[in-house]
Amino acid sequence: MVTLIGIELSKIFRKWRTYIGFIAIGAIVPIVQIALFYEGDSYINMALRNVKENFVFVGNLMNGYLIGHFILQALYIHIPFLIVLVGGDLLAGEATSGTYRMLITRPISRVSLLTSKYIAGIIYTNMLLLFLAILSVGLSLLIFGDGELLVFRNKIYIFAANDVLWRFVLAYGFATLSLSTVLGLSFLFSSLVENAIGPIVATMAVIIIFVILSALPIEALSAIKPYLFTNYMAEWRSFFTDPIEYGKIYTAAGVLLAHIIGFYLITLFLFTRKDILS
Amino acid sequence: MQTEKVIEVKGLTKKFKNLTAVNNLDLNVYRGDVFGFLGPNGAGKSTTIRMLLSLIKPTSGTIKIFDKPLNKNRIEILSKVGAIVEKPDFYLYLTAYKNLEILGKVSGLEVSKNMIMEMLEVVGLKERYNSKVKTFSHGMKQRLGIAQALLHDPELIILDEPTTGLDPQGMKEIRDLISQLSKEQGKTIFLSSHILREVELITNRMIIINRGTTQIEGKVEELLNKEKLSVTFEVGDIQGAIRIIKDSLWAPYFKSKEKNEITFEIDQPQISELNSYLIRNNIEVSAVIPKRSLEEFFLKITEGSEIW
Repeated sequence: MVTLIGIELSKIFRKWRTYIGFIAIGAIVPIVQIALFYEGDSYINMALRNVKENFVFVGNLMNGYLIGHFILQALYIHIPFLIVLVGGDLLAGEATSGTYRMLITRPISRVSLLTSKYIAGIIYTNMLLLFLAILSVGLSLLIFGDGELLVFRNKIYIFAANDVLWRFVLAYGFATLSLSTVLGLSFLFSSLVENAIGPIVATMAVIIIFVILSALPIEALSAIKPYLFTNYMAEWRSFFTDPIEYGKIYTAAGVLLAHIIGFYLITLFLFTRKDILS
Repeated sequence: MQTEKVIEVKGLTKKFKNLTAVNNLDLNVYRGDVFGFLGPNGAGKSTTIRMLLSLIKPTSGTIKIFDKPLNKNRIEILSKVGAIVEKPDFYLYLTAYKNLEILGKVSGLEVSKNMIMEMLEVVGLKERYNSKVKTFSHGMKQRLGIAQALLHDPELIILDEPTTGLDPQGMKEIRDLISQLSKEQGKTIFLSSHILREVELITNRMIIINRGTTQIEGKVEELLNKEKLSVTFEVGDIQGAIRIIKDSLWAPYFKSKEKNEITFEIDQPQISELNSYLIRNNIEVSAVIPKRSLEEFFLKITEGSEIW
């Protein structure tokens, strides 16, 4: 299995589309950092405009943690677009190129083949996320230094500098579940067709529809919201609250994990019965 | 002695919704056979090959390879089978070497550089080992397809149109390679081809299928000997020749006419008799062209003949 995963990773990383995600993150994050380097104070002033008259804020507020948190919030909804570029191609790409025939006529089970591709896809997803973490938190800390983290939600949280890094580690850990779910969905769609465009578009359509349904303040929709996996994807934000609501995080993680496994099992069911006609 | 069945297919059927691609097909391939698998386009050849390689599942029927049911012993069986299915497709963004390395590893082989280079030399691609496959011509991909089929030293080789896209020299080389694999290494070869002359040249047994069903199966030599020669006479006056033949004892042997050619299905000794008959009746004969090829046989079985 390790050999197969290695082969799948080598195939993924020899394709141009794989690097689109890295290039996009590698371009956007520094642009945001440069913008905040010059305009960050006005962002802080705007965020604190209602409380500045009653409180005095001292220290380095425009620090690496704040930038890292800002970027994570801003890019979080867009990263799935980058994930599905690869996830949608994992199986459909083999069908398009006709290489399914070569692979499936080798003495290897379809289960092993599928599992190695799924694991390789999840590894890619996590590498992309790690790259985002290194750039958004690591590089921001190098440029802006550390300091207290201000988090603006329904109230303002202020976390001490030595109380932040572990929150980022756990938030990114949770994000791996969220984005692996996206990968799982695109992988499932990828097994159904013979062209990668379909799975890419279909996955993004599902995510966009689910996000819209989750966000609409309509009472009639509240009954279906618990069944939309997108509803749980942003639960990483709970790591930047105090006290942390671990119950909600565990529930969300469980739901996402169930989706990751569920998407895999459905794909496996379909793939092992699939006639290879490409 | 053909005793050990390498492939045994019974009642194989594949339906795609309303289309029956393969219908109750039986076939047997014995160890050491170079087995020709013939049929016109859409006859069900590729569907059958895909079922033999477990790419698609039969609707009904059984496939035994090496005396074991394919559906229960897929991995063990495929470890002893090499194949090209339709056109060989590869990872275009990878080199020939890397493609073979990947396919070897997927097969569970300990792939060494020597092993891959030897295989590339066999198919004449050693010099291009480091070229990306996207730079290859169709013929080169076809050669690489043969290399990947042979990589794990299989006992049974299934080749679906292996010479498609090759130049005449390339076709001859592949034919020679198939003969060599059969004669020198004792491989069993299942060969599908639309180049019927090729099948006639290199196979010892064959099956012809049409519309998914068996038309005929047996030894190539015996099947051909059963058939009369197809002999074409080039004549000066085609209408006169037809008129004379129509009222003669040769009428039952008439097969077809085209421009100034008239074709009969007769035995070897009858050629000179018929030639004399035409000349005696003032029909000028400028050429006599006898044919006994699988192509005639194949066309007869699959298309039928037009009379008068």
